[in-house]
Amino acid sequence: MPSLPSMPSENSNLQLVSRATHLKEIALKNLFLLCAFVAVAGVLLIFGFVGFRGWPAFAEVGPWSFLAGTEWNPTDGVYGILPLIWGTVVVMLGALVIGTPLAVGTAVFLSEIATPRVRGIVRPAVELLAGIPSVIYGFFGLIILRPIIANFTDGLGFGAITAWFILAIMIVPTIATLSEDALRSIPPGIREASYAMGATTWQTIYKVLIPAAKIGIIDAIILGMGRAIGETMAVLMVVGNAPVFPESIAAPIATLTTQIVMDMPYAAGMHRTALFGMAIVLFLASMGLVALVRLISRFQTSIEAGR
Amino acid sequence: MNKNTANGIALALLWIAAILTVVVLGTVILYVFVNGIGQLSPEFIFTWPEGVAAEGGIWPTIVSTLYVTALAMIIVTPIAILAAVYLAEYAVQGRLVSTIRFAADSLASVPSIVMGLFGLALFVEAAGIGFSMLSAALALSFLMLPIVMRTTEEAIRSVPKYIRWGSYGLGATKWQVVSRSVLPASMPRIITGIILATGRAVGETAVVIYTMGQAINMPITPFDSGRPMTVHLYLLAMEGINLPAAYGTALLLMIMILAFNLGARYFLRRNRKV
Repeated sequence: MPSLPSMPSENSNLQLVSRATHLKEIALKNLFLLCAFVAVAGVLLIFGFVGFRGWPAFAEVGPWSFLAGTEWNPTDGVYGILPLIWGTVVVMLGALVIGTPLAVGTAVFLSEIATPRVRGIVRPAVELLAGIPSVIYGFFGLIILRPIIANFTDGLGFGAITAWFILAIMIVPTIATLSEDALRSIPPGIREASYAMGATTWQTIYKVLIPAAKIGIIDAIILGMGRAIGETMAVLMVVGNAPVFPESIAAPIATLTTQIVMDMPYAAGMHRTALFGMAIVLFLASMGLVALVRLISRFQTSIEAGR
Repeated sequence: MNKNTANGIALALLWIAAILTVVVLGTVILYVFVNGIGQLSPEFIFTWPEGVAAEGGIWPTIVSTLYVTALAMIIVTPIAILAAVYLAEYAVQGRLVSTIRFAADSLASVPSIVMGLFGLALFVEAAGIGFSMLSAALALSFLMLPIVMRTTEEAIRSVPKYIRWGSYGLGATKWQVVSRSVLPASMPRIITGIILATGRAVGETAVVIYTMGQAINMPITPFDSGRPMTVHLYLLAMEGINLPAAYGTALLLMIMILAFNLGARYFLRRNRKV
């Protein structure tokens, strides 16, 4: 029970406010708690409803042949989502490889190099990148990037490689803003100590600041990963949507998210259930990444407390 | 000298990373702008699409987008603000609070198509609302909730302690302190957060595609279905029909998003100076 000056606790004899006011305060507090609990209810509802609909996919197809089945062929009743998981992982990893250096570089630039004036341009640009709808990124990728990729490869340009570039741009804001926060939270004294020993700006960044902000940057990359796994429309418009193991990075593939959007309009019966089963996989993956970030920060605090 | 060379190269690379980010943004915006600007006309905005190739305007899709966004905002704002008030002012750090925070973080990271399927399963089918503005708005509000909650909580926490002490000193109750001092003081930042979340909702596609329906329709009541601008753009682009209309839709969408973002920025700056 929080003992605050205006709210006498229940067993106190002190009567600062009238009984009616006191009851009103308690009622309001519980109303606010209820509102805060909507977030918890939301997660439970999503898990409940998507899980309820998708559970038969695990139960009837069998968890192993559903998750590790190598063929996705709903018309013949074969529901193996491994090619889709593979597609998701390939697209996500490629986007991370391209996007992370760009994002962390931008974050370091913003916190260590940019003058306030330059920062005033770059920082809003990063935030606006986050605001552009994914369908516009997809449209841009489809119309501009795809023909360019098609020129370099012998295909139509639909494939993992096109998705890598589009998705790399889309995860830059997530990783850059969080990494910048991590870098900015390092006390200035640490930088001064490094410079006082004759280190250059780069040596300070590389040997002092990046290690100090390591955990924050890793968290940022994990959340960027979550963004990449869950991204739907932009990927959908450029990957070509073939639920197979691709022969090359320029061959059409499909991811979990894109397959759901493609199949949903006509799916029925077990096919539809399997799509909800894929949504469960996506939901658990994204929640797992959030839990991982929490675990890392808890680990970090316990190390610091143990010192 | 060696370390200075390395320094020079590294700094140049960091500059390139930052410039690349800005250039990419500029390219996307400029590209959509240059190709879409020829399309924009009062006829394009205010008339209905006609025929298989969706010739003509996109008015019903604009109305659907604004309708669902406004509805989602009305649903989410009170809940999110009161939830943030609880977290920032009333909650005692502990298991309950960390559960709520974990739930909010998870909600923020749920892939949008999963949110869409959830909306389909719960609101469209189980609750029997059907493909409608209301179903889509409810699904969207779960997406906006963590964003508004977080920005509001930060806004409330940034209100100096002495403002609260002043209120308590006058004999105010907790609710009076919150409603008369803390919330008004943090209002500019709260409104900024709401505007940003709304901008996010305007651009959302995967959540609304299977909750609102896809048929072009002019929504009147919250139970009407419709097709938002994002879905319209997606269908035009994927089917390759009528690319000029796709460019026009993309540009209008972009202008709306930029207006939301820059509006939030301007609003915050203006209110900070006062």
